[in-house]
Amino acid sequence: MDQPLLSVRNLKTFFMMDEGTAKAVDGVSFDVQPGQVLGIVGESGCGKSVTIKSVLRIVQKPGRIVGGEILFRRKRRNGRHGPDARTEIVDLAALDAYGEEMRAIRGSEIALIPQEPMAALSPVHTVGDQLVEAVRLHQDISKPEAERIVLERMREVGVPSPQERMTMYAWELSGGLRQRVMIAMALSCHPKLLIADEPTTAIDVTTQAQVLSLLRGLQEQHDMAIIFITHDLGVIAQIADYVVVMYLGRVMETGPVDDIFHRPQHPYTKALLESIPTMHARSKELLPTIAGSIPHPFNRPTGCPFYPRCSAYMPGICDHGLPALLPVNDRQAASCFLYNSAVDEV
Amino acid sequence: MLAYIIKRLLLLPLLLFIFSIVAFVLIQAPPGDFVTSYVAELAASGSSMDRMQIEALRSLYGLDQPLYVQYFKWITRILQGDFGVSLDWQKPISELIGQRLLLTLALGLFTLLFTFAVAVPIGIISATRQYSFYDYFFTVFNYLGVATPTFMTALVLMWLAFSYFNITITGLFSPAYVDAPWSFGRVVDLGKHIWLPVVILGLDGTARLARIMRANLLDELHKPYVEMARAKGMSEWRLVMKYPVRLAINPLVSSLGWYLPLIFSGSLIVATVLNLPTIGPLLLRSLISQDMFLAGTIVLIYFAIAVVGTLLSDILLAWLDPRIRMET
Amino acid sequence: MSDARVEHTQTAALDLQADADAISVAPNWKLVWWRFKKHRLAVVSGFIVLFITVVALFPGFFSTQHPSESNAMGSFIPVQRVHFWDEGPSLFVYGVSGARNPRTLRMEWQIDESRKIPLRLFARGYQWEALWLFPTDLHLIGPADPASDAAIHLLGTDRLGRDQWSRLMYGTQVSLSIGLLAVAVSTVLGIFLGGISGYFGGLADMAIQRLIELLQSIPPIPIWLALTAALPRTWSVEQTYLAITVILALIGWTTLGREVRGRFLSLREEDFVVAARLSGSSQMRIVFRHMLPSMSSHIIAAMTLAVPVMIINETFLSFLGLGLRPPAISWGVLLREAQNLQSIALAPWLLLPCLAVIITVLALNILGDGLRDASDPYH
Repeated sequence: MDQPLLSVRNLKTFFMMDEGTAKAVDGVSFDVQPGQVLGIVGESGCGKSVTIKSVLRIVQKPGRIVGGEILFRRKRRNGRHGPDARTEIVDLAALDAYGEEMRAIRGSEIALIPQEPMAALSPVHTVGDQLVEAVRLHQDISKPEAERIVLERMREVGVPSPQERMTMYAWELSGGLRQRVMIAMALSCHPKLLIADEPTTAIDVTTQAQVLSLLRGLQEQHDMAIIFITHDLGVIAQIADYVVVMYLGRVMETGPVDDIFHRPQHPYTKALLESIPTMHARSKELLPTIAGSIPHPFNRPTGCPFYPRCSAYMPGICDHGLPALLPVNDRQAASCFLYNSAVDEV
Repeated sequence: MLAYIIKRLLLLPLLLFIFSIVAFVLIQAPPGDFVTSYVAELAASGSSMDRMQIEALRSLYGLDQPLYVQYFKWITRILQGDFGVSLDWQKPISELIGQRLLLTLALGLFTLLFTFAVAVPIGIISATRQYSFYDYFFTVFNYLGVATPTFMTALVLMWLAFSYFNITITGLFSPAYVDAPWSFGRVVDLGKHIWLPVVILGLDGTARLARIMRANLLDELHKPYVEMARAKGMSEWRLVMKYPVRLAINPLVSSLGWYLPLIFSGSLIVATVLNLPTIGPLLLRSLISQDMFLAGTIVLIYFAIAVVGTLLSDILLAWLDPRIRMET
Repeated sequence: MSDARVEHTQTAALDLQADADAISVAPNWKLVWWRFKKHRLAVVSGFIVLFITVVALFPGFFSTQHPSESNAMGSFIPVQRVHFWDEGPSLFVYGVSGARNPRTLRMEWQIDESRKIPLRLFARGYQWEALWLFPTDLHLIGPADPASDAAIHLLGTDRLGRDQWSRLMYGTQVSLSIGLLAVAVSTVLGIFLGGISGYFGGLADMAIQRLIELLQSIPPIPIWLALTAALPRTWSVEQTYLAITVILALIGWTTLGREVRGRFLSLREEDFVVAARLSGSSQMRIVFRHMLPSMSSHIIAAMTLAVPVMIINETFLSFLGLGLRPPAISWGVLLREAQNLQSIALAPWLLLPCLAVIITVLALNILGDGLRDASDPYH
């Protein structure tokens, strides 16, 4: 029986502001199996970034985790290495975000590839300096030793002439190269879980393909799990094993990638898939869109968050109470009153 | 980087040339000249001079020549190192200014060090603990600091020291060391006296720079590279100091260019109130008595400090920020 | 999906949308005002500035004696504090009694609690002219008995026996007006030169830019000293007043000029300006009707922040003896009396104009910051 590497249970992260409380993540649950690529997909503002930031515990004020658990199966090192190291489950939500234990996990067992590699690197420090730092933060080794490791990682991700690149600054490198450097930085401590926050959004399509195949290769090689955040369904189809569809801070549907694409259960998933422009459409046919737009975070609808834009809206049912995320068959789960009248406690 | 410095250095003489003309024009601005005010002074004390004597005095000091000739003579002498004689004090100017200049520079540099040493930590604390008690406290301090002119702080402190502690805080040395030659003891004595003018002078700038530091740091703190450092597992204080502070300080360093001359010219006011032996009070007196050479030399010194200060801060900024260095 | 269903979902979604739109149609000045109102401190400062302006407009109303009236016998009278309570609400001050110091042969005054001088609000006193036009003898506060000639010195007197409180009121008029005038002049200069520089670009821009750089790298204090020292002592108070205003403005316009230039440069490419140009508007019209109004809130904020700078500059120039001189009265002139240790030791109340300066400058700075934040929330 597969023990999940990461299990997010009913996570709630709210932003307490003067104008009101924005419920960025409002009861999200999903599992990540070891070695699996999980894709989290959704429109801008659906809470995917805040979810993974909550996992990493880097959500800043005025945001804060107000409920739920983030169970992570970490390696417990008892000062020894090798097969003796046991694993243990720790609730990341309960740890002190700035404490030693969380900082030991962050960056080494769970690593982040950020959205904008240019902005994520300091403009006044060389990339070499920042890469070496990532290594030495979690391993007590000398600088030359760390540099050796960094060079190895850079070669692995396909950075040409790594020796030269080390002394360069982020703004001297091309977009694709920067992204590779970020991947190298994330891999420096052999994480078990890699979180990629829209890594292909800031680069062009050709480079995008290269980065995706690189990630796939590395994932198999290092046996890492990846959480891949994107709003691009095409990328999900290429890289994900399992998909989580989010909308307004809630999970709409989950399931293996094939099932999600060929047999979507939730009306939102269906509408998303329908709105992808396709070569097979007849000319002069209108592109289907989802009616309306995303509501203001302080102005959320009561009940199911999607009902104002839903084609299967059932008045009286959908606007009363949040639908719970429950299985609809042996592989997929959806939160929709079409399948299940169970209501989630608020 | 070298090319950048050389380019800026070449501008230096041009700027100084323009400024020397400005200085000369300023000095000549009051109607009449030294002889006129000297005669007025004599008249006030009851004596007088006849026309012949006045003319003789004028030609002695070269005051009967056209302006551009006077300027030319003055500037060529300065370039040869001869600053001329003070008409008022009847002494060579280099002798008059010498020690005062040294003390002025000491006062200015210490104030600069004080300002940065205090403003940067205050800015960091205010930004990282935004809206906390410390932030509000420093905000109040900042507003008061900017609202209180330097001379007022000096005046009030002088009064407080005298009425409540019976100490006079004027001067830079205790009576024993005032005219003594330089020695270790004299330096220590200077240290004991100079800290108060430094604090008074630096209060205004410290408040302003702390505010700028806070604003800059607040801008940087929310940027992605700070979040990335946190995601790597770095501890808060370490990442704040290494990354956003490093970037937030750059504009502060570039502000040295205007701050340094501000300290020097601001020291004039403090020096007048506290009766310090620096070049400021000397300038004041020379302007009132129209002692041209002395006034002109001091004004030129202030201008030179301003130009050098700007150059230094430009170089410093280029050194600190590789983006600027590489662009030029 | 049936048409009715589509329509329904679209209406539901649009309803939620409509609420959010209300804010986006309000005119700019309203937005600025709403944002400004949120800064309570700035609003309070605004009221303080308003009050100070009233004092500056009607100094005679607030003073108790003619500001130039001197009394050689009554020098260094201490502060006669206003009391509000004496077994029941009652407005009064204690009188003073003096004795001649046998050694220095000077009159020394002390508060005499045995003598009470009752006061009243809106009392009758000496004649003055409101707004230089309307003669009146109404004052905010004064002796209850208009015929009494008892001394009332709410802030004491100076070495010539002049009432400090009244002088402070008149000093407010001069100090504040010089600040405002100097800022007005430098604003006109700044908008004019900065505007030419930013709007027309090219050679004019380069020349004005170099000029601004030059002026900004010169330390202003030696220049002010030199220029004010150059003012002939024979000039009248009015002439000196104007000259000082001009001198302060000549160096002060550069900051505003730079900012205006920057804004003109960025506005030039904005769609609404291009549209105006394309629709045939003349240059003047574009500048005055379209571009200037969009920067008006920034300009007002910058002006408000510049006034305290000018006030401080005039104050210290007069304090050094180079700015305004007696018989003119400004805060700087008042503080000149407190220049040496002897004076302050004898009469510490001579330092009180410091408070007036600090409060005014503080209030103007907070007000200016509030205006600036309100007009540019994105900085």
